[in-house]
Amino acid sequence: MGTMNLLFGATTLIYLLASICYLVAMLGKRSQVGRAGRWMLLAGVILHAACFGVRHSTAGGTPVTSLHESLAFFAWCLVLLFLLLDLRFHLSVMGAFAAPLAFLLMIASALSPNVVVQLNPVLKSWLFPVHIVFAFLGNAAFALSFGAGVMYLIQNRMLKSKRFTGLYQLLPSLDILDRVNYTCLSVGFPLMTLGIISGAFWANTAWGTYWSWDPKETWALITWFLYAALLHGRLTVGWRGRKAAIFSIIAFIFLLFTFLGVNLLLGGYHTFEAFAIL
Amino acid sequence: MNIVIVGLSHKTAPVEIREKVAFSPAEIEHPLKQLLALPSVSEAVIVSTCNRVELYGISRQPDVAIMEMKQFLAQSHGLESDVLAPHLYDFSGAEAIVHVLRVASSLDSMMIGEPQILGQIKTAYGYACEYKTVGLILNRFLRKAFSVAKRVRSETAIASNAVSVSFAAVELARKIFDSLENKTVMLIGAGEMCELAAKHFINNGVSNVLVTNRTFSRAERLAEEFNGTAVSFENFREQLHRVDIVLSSTGAPDYVLGAKKLKAVCKERRYKPMFLIDIAVPRDIDPAANKLDSIYLYDVDDLQGVVQANLKERQKEAAKAELIINEEVGQFQRWLATLEVKPTIVALRQKMEQVRQGEVEKTFSNLNGLNAKERKAIESMSSAIINKILHHPTHVLKQTSTEDDSSLYLDAVRTLFDLPDVDRQK
Repeated sequence: MGTMNLLFGATTLIYLLASICYLVAMLGKRSQVGRAGRWMLLAGVILHAACFGVRHSTAGGTPVTSLHESLAFFAWCLVLLFLLLDLRFHLSVMGAFAAPLAFLLMIASALSPNVVVQLNPVLKSWLFPVHIVFAFLGNAAFALSFGAGVMYLIQNRMLKSKRFTGLYQLLPSLDILDRVNYTCLSVGFPLMTLGIISGAFWANTAWGTYWSWDPKETWALITWFLYAALLHGRLTVGWRGRKAAIFSIIAFIFLLFTFLGVNLLLGGYHTFEAFAIL
Repeated sequence: MNIVIVGLSHKTAPVEIREKVAFSPAEIEHPLKQLLALPSVSEAVIVSTCNRVELYGISRQPDVAIMEMKQFLAQSHGLESDVLAPHLYDFSGAEAIVHVLRVASSLDSMMIGEPQILGQIKTAYGYACEYKTVGLILNRFLRKAFSVAKRVRSETAIASNAVSVSFAAVELARKIFDSLENKTVMLIGAGEMCELAAKHFINNGVSNVLVTNRTFSRAERLAEEFNGTAVSFENFREQLHRVDIVLSSTGAPDYVLGAKKLKAVCKERRYKPMFLIDIAVPRDIDPAANKLDSIYLYDVDDLQGVVQANLKERQKEAAKAELIINEEVGQFQRWLATLEVKPTIVALRQKMEQVRQGEVEKTFSNLNGLNAKERKAIESMSSAIINKILHHPTHVLKQTSTEDDSSLYLDAVRTLFDLPDVDRQK
């Protein structure tokens, strides 16, 4: 437990330092500092993975059974996907969104009770980790598409109104932002789909039914339809740019509600308490 | 030793004067050597661009050197000194250092932050090296100026924003399309600004050019120049869906492109963004088109606005650059000052060493039968005494070298220790 807390603390600190780097890079227009932030995030993501490893070897099972653990896992997915995107598109400005978000998720995680929930034997199946990993990677991809969407709207507004602030130089071109939005969508959507399907199969082994209209399932389906509509619009009608950005922002708000709101407000068997041995 | 500068620039002299005193690079050797031959000047560099002509020299008597250099500049172009005098500026000492650093960093340029001037000074320095008219000080100084200019460029955003309308257009296009490779540009009408902008776009990667004009032959001629395709004015709207960037400058009294037509084009393009630049007055493109999601429409005033904002930004960055320069001036002055005291310190040490050696010899010949170890002890003791005695005076000389009355200390030391006068001729 001690090693894990140490690793958790160190990871959180590194995410904080990376956030500071990215924000300084953005506000002070110093791109070297942004590069330092990237290396820090890389260190953070490795340390964080080690943290999961320790958690797995001491407590066993998939390390995503409590709110504490899932928030931290979300942060890890987010940072990992951001680093991959950055590799492809050179998006260090987006670090000023991704790194602080990861840091805040870690703080939220630290504030929620750190308990290792012993999984109800009924729920033990290889499908559980598969379901969780797909769902969270999908969420992280959508969070980044949300970030890209917000950045697109800001940049678009400046180009349309012809009034430019300091952000103008910093933000990537509309083309890059739109491509990032699309990349995240095309990565996130299959992940989310696989997450839902694997979840259904798991539900079948655990409860003997694939789908039971539990609130989380319902909302996940709504969110899935929204993203499906966006993907469809992009591929067939030629939705792009501002429209796609707004759509991905709205869809992400639904996703957030599915991820957090449902647990906190609506209950159902996706709540973390429900995982425990009854 | 002082750095001395005489010159004129776009700020002090009109082009009629500047063109008269310019030096052609092909014939720079002779004037460089003449400048070096002036009695008060050691080391010489001549910078000559269309916006400025400057002579750099090193001298012990800056006032005399300035006079001689001014005369030289007038004479070498067959002008009367009086004609040139009102346009000339001169600097020496710290002011000269600041001036050159500012010029090299493009703070004194007509367009602040323009990149050419640094290259021009480098070329001038290259000639001076080739003809061996630079020595220790100007060598070190100009290298310093280059590194300061580089620092200014990398630490401030002085050169980062476009300050011409056509460059501003290219920059905006980059913020929309990212890369301009494989983009198609269409010129509607043929204004001079339009052609210039088109050239910038082509230089930055645009590969397809369509040209349309009411006079088709004109379109053809221009299309040929840009390696593009001419389109008849009646049919250019049918081609619009292929076009990413429109440059419009017809003399038409009404809109050539309406918002409704553009809306249809957007749909045909599946809402891929389109950048329209309307340089015409009266305008060619209905301003309402800017409300369409995938249309970015800029008219002349919009582009001017961008340029003005960028210029303001450069001025802000120039203030930061001045701070950097102030820092570097101090550093260079300290180096220059220690150069001044070095010969005196060396002479002082030599004198003391002579005295020491003489006295040690005498002692050795008086005391017979000293073994090697004892001799060595006496040697090192005498050296230690000299070092201890000279330590503080040396320190003071170096310390005061940056002060105005430094020569007072130097003269005192020379007189007190009867040191020979070290090279003071130039």
